[in-house]
Amino acid sequence: MRKMSMHGGRSLFFLLFLFILWELLIRLTETPKWLLPAPSDVLKEAAIGFGDFYGHLLSTISLSILGLVIGCSVGLLISIILHRLPKVNEVLYPLLILSQNIPTIVLAPLLIIWFGFGLLPKLIIISLVCFFPVVVASMDGFRQTAPELRHYMKMIGATNKQLFWKLELPHALPSIFSGLKIAATYSVMGAVISEWLGAKKGIGVYMTLAQSSFRIDRVFVAIGFIMLLSVGLFGVIRLAEKIMVKGRSEEKK
Amino acid sequence: MSLTITELDIAFGQLPVLEKMNLQVNNDEFVAILGPSGSGKSTLLQLIGGLLTPDNGMIQLNGESINGKKGLISYMPQHPSLFPWRTVLENVVLAAEIKGKPEYEEAKRLLEKAGLAEFENSYPNELSGGMKQRVAFIRALLSKQSLLCLDEPFSALDEFTRIKMQNWLLSIWEENRKSILFITHSIEEAMFLADRIYVLSKRPAHVKAEITVPFSRPRNERLLETNEFFHLKKQIFQHMKEDIADDD
Repeated sequence: MRKMSMHGGRSLFFLLFLFILWELLIRLTETPKWLLPAPSDVLKEAAIGFGDFYGHLLSTISLSILGLVIGCSVGLLISIILHRLPKVNEVLYPLLILSQNIPTIVLAPLLIIWFGFGLLPKLIIISLVCFFPVVVASMDGFRQTAPELRHYMKMIGATNKQLFWKLELPHALPSIFSGLKIAATYSVMGAVISEWLGAKKGIGVYMTLAQSSFRIDRVFVAIGFIMLLSVGLFGVIRLAEKIMVKGRSEEKK
Repeated sequence: MSLTITELDIAFGQLPVLEKMNLQVNNDEFVAILGPSGSGKSTLLQLIGGLLTPDNGMIQLNGESINGKKGLISYMPQHPSLFPWRTVLENVVLAAEIKGKPEYEEAKRLLEKAGLAEFENSYPNELSGGMKQRVAFIRALLSKQSLLCLDEPFSALDEFTRIKMQNWLLSIWEENRKSILFITHSIEEAMFLADRIYVLSKRPAHVKAEITVPFSRPRNERLLETNEFFHLKKQIFQHMKEDIADDD
């Protein structure tokens, strides 16, 4: 844990260093603000414009979290179904991989045409982005159940249901969490893209407006908050992992 | 609880693994099965556990056929196979939990007897190899079935820990009698622990010799140094010698 925070501290210092470098370069070359703003300009805009930005931020946060929850639940459910029914797995797994090859940017307008500008198409986009890492990671986790534990459970007469709930699921928990962590970082991106293509509120909307009026400083404010939001969701899932995954320190070392 | 195995045959494809296997474990008896590696000892356990069905022959528990029936024995595997996300207490009740209700009071009592009371809430990765095996044994003891099958439980331990564990196993067993089928490849371990020993041939395995161990109980490690122990060991070794010679 201490090692972790020291690690985080170091990369924070490096980030600070990059910001200072950026600030200096902008000032030395006298780059105009509409082309590339200095970090200080971005911070200033973030502070002044936060009142306007606040509403957009809240909307994106709730959209990301809702999409993440739906996407992860669907992902977990699909992985359990595919794991328990190998025949279905054979048919569906290749289709799942194909589903990830459809570019979101192409799919999003289609979904808007079909489902309108409401919440549904946005949630579909976020879920589609989020569920895949969860499915892949969970299925790997289920498959990698220690064979000697599986053999033990069978010898003492465990049913298939018990085998899953008492062994496979808890055993796969660390894998499931790595899937969830990836999904968490994707979810914000999915939310922003979906807003981008049609919404009244949200960071995506704010960004499009900022871009079309050459307010590059505002674009950077949006980027900054997207990052913070991703890191925040990632952190929440890490915390849940810390609480729920127990007795595995030996394996992690 | 008694186990009777009659004329048991099983083959994996073209490869016969067990041939006309006959053996018997009486009520509260400690029986060891001694055989070379790859002689089909684990296959025998999987047959008794119901994971495999025999091609011919009969496995009976108290006179009732249990061919292919699961969940009627308690089992301790070669590796402790503890679940890393469960505490020691949660681990020892697992076998009972599968069959019905876990009994935490009884579990705590046995853990205390085994000197593991303070580790009740520890996770398996905090335990030593010997401690893990003790937990695994208590887990088997706590399941309701009264035939206990042990599959080379101490083979991965060092010599010092092994003798300590054998002593400990005997002392616990004296107090909580169950029929035990103990699989091992160590002559000394079989002689030290068991009432009777079945010596298996190499594959396809059948019972080569049945030896009654005459030593009185309770036993302790001093038995290992006596002449009688040494003579019996020599006698058992005679039975195994042919298989060793054949291998060259």
